[in-house]
Amino acid sequence: MWTWVLHRITGVGIYFFLLVHILDTALVRVSPEAYNSVVASYKTDIIGVAEIGLVGAILFHGFNGIRIMLIDFWRKGAKYQNQMFWVVLVIWVILMAGFIPRQLMHIFGA
Amino acid sequence: MAIVIEQPDAPRSRKGAQWEKRAWIFMRISGVILIFLIIGHLMVNIVLPERGVKAIDFAFVAGKWASPFWQVYDGLILWLALIHGTNGMRTLVNDYSEREWLRKALNVTLWVTAAALILLGTLVITTFDPCIDPNVHNYLPDLVCKG
Repeated sequence: MWTWVLHRITGVGIYFFLLVHILDTALVRVSPEAYNSVVASYKTDIIGVAEIGLVGAILFHGFNGIRIMLIDFWRKGAKYQNQMFWVVLVIWVILMAGFIPRQLMHIFGA
Repeated sequence: MAIVIEQPDAPRSRKGAQWEKRAWIFMRISGVILIFLIIGHLMVNIVLPERGVKAIDFAFVAGKWASPFWQVYDGLILWLALIHGTNGMRTLVNDYSEREWLRKALNVTLWVTAAALILLGTLVITTFDPCIDPNVHNYLPDLVCKG
């Protein structure tokens, strides 16, 4: 139930980021200055940290999506849906443990 | 106004059922492809480069889109993610909107937005011209610019 709610919330968040991301990338068709000045905001401390949240939402949504598909298509999927949630969580923690220091290094490192 | 809940076994038109089934299948197929495409996208753009997100600028994009591989790659993400996201939003609108006119208006808005952004994004990728940067030869030395 809560996994289902989280799947929806992360989905909506990613959707709105996608809209913004298409528009900011479209600025490469306007001028280098326009694109560079807008992309500079992605490199600020606050947005740089928020990107950790974005990547976390994407990874959760993706791996929980695989769990949903296994519930749909795997004969024992419904039976093991709870165990699969924990697998999703472990994969998520491992990937985030790799990403967070890397991102913090990029944002705050010399 | 009382909320009317549809009978689960209410007959659905054959066309409507087909559409829902195709949308359901699309979500699963596009979802699997997007996991690979987007993890690759994140790795190549913000994880692996030495300076990560701080290295992204016009020259970075021009360097990538000099190769048809990344044009197709980014075009695929654009189409699949936007249709996947729009259809997901449609599911939420259908679940939570109580007024029929509002539900229809939101769904029309979602698909118009998706069509506009797919058109915009596809045009940006296919008509991108690195020569609008006067310093382009600093990072793409072999590029030939007209005029």
